[in-house]
Amino acid sequence: MSLVFAGVCSHAPGITGRAERADNTIREELHANYDKMRQAIEDAGAEALVVVAAEHFANFFMDNMPAFCMGMADFYEGPIEDEEWLKIKRRRVPGNAGLSERLIKKIMQDVDVAYAQEWKFDHGIMVPLHFLTPRYDLDIVPVNINCQGPPLTPLHRAWAFGKALRLACDAASERIAIVGTGGISHWPATPDSGKINEEWDREFLDRFIANDREALISYSDEETYRDGGQGGFEIRTFISIAAACEGCKGELWYYAPIPIYAVGCTVAVISLH
Amino acid sequence: MSLYYVQKLIYNLNRDPKLVVRFKKNMEVVLAEYTLTDEELDAIRKPNIGLLYVLGVNGQLLMHYAALREYEWDDYIQAMKDGLSEYGEVRAGLYSRTGGGAL
Repeated sequence: MSLVFAGVCSHAPGITGRAERADNTIREELHANYDKMRQAIEDAGAEALVVVAAEHFANFFMDNMPAFCMGMADFYEGPIEDEEWLKIKRRRVPGNAGLSERLIKKIMQDVDVAYAQEWKFDHGIMVPLHFLTPRYDLDIVPVNINCQGPPLTPLHRAWAFGKALRLACDAASERIAIVGTGGISHWPATPDSGKINEEWDREFLDRFIANDREALISYSDEETYRDGGQGGFEIRTFISIAAACEGCKGELWYYAPIPIYAVGCTVAVISLH
Repeated sequence: MSLYYVQKLIYNLNRDPKLVVRFKKNMEVVLAEYTLTDEELDAIRKPNIGLLYVLGVNGQLLMHYAALREYEWDDYIQAMKDGLSEYGEVRAGLYSRTGGGAL
């Protein structure tokens, strides 16, 4: 078995771009839990990190929007956003085209996935990497699930992708970590930015921790928008990680609504044992 | 209304630093490359961030255009609120099909 770590975390641009505007104690707790995840990935001996993300029109637009796409390059770059705005310096990020190709070929047996040999990471990937691989010395395999431009990827297909990802990881010789990054409820970059539905978030997290497939994929997009905002559509990334770890339970390390970051900040893992 | 092309312009600006240089040097030349209505053109030129939001531009794109036009974060949020007050609910795109406007 080559999957050695699985977790989920938040990626909002405010986490780095407006870092200083949150309460010091809350910010330090969040950072400590990101760092705990970094340490866990390192302790697991991961040789590559698959980041299942929900990018925001940085590479994928309505002229050709894939339900799923995976990177297949030896390097990527990011952030695409203004460095000062995101407060993350632009850099080249290592990839592993060979590993990507093997994963993609395996996943394609079950799920139609597009691939990309160029990818400019936006905050959806760069914010997690800023904390999880601060030395940028771990090969990254980016994944995007369409959580932005309707028609969105159906939740049960996100689950199917996660299962296919697990099979692909298990067939690889490398030790692989997977991290999903997205929601939960938020209304980012809208007049409602900062609104967070903590009750809805915690209900979703209960389902995630229990790894309850039926409960996780039961949300309609209309319900999600009503209760979790358009940012709630990013639950697809968490669902794919749960699917990759089907039968295993999760553990919530951190959750706190932080309005200035425009999201309920989350760090959670799923035990692989 | 040609929301697709308004968003395509902003998407391209976000991805292409050379286009940003061209846009800043001669905005009209760049705008002529897109199929846009007079209302959309005026909103992009001014910029009228609130109207662009009401026209349906996704916030994940719009926030970057606002930053490009030197809006601070709080001013960007306020501009969208002002747009809803002045022009009414969001007319197209994700926010209109799923409920629109401020909740």
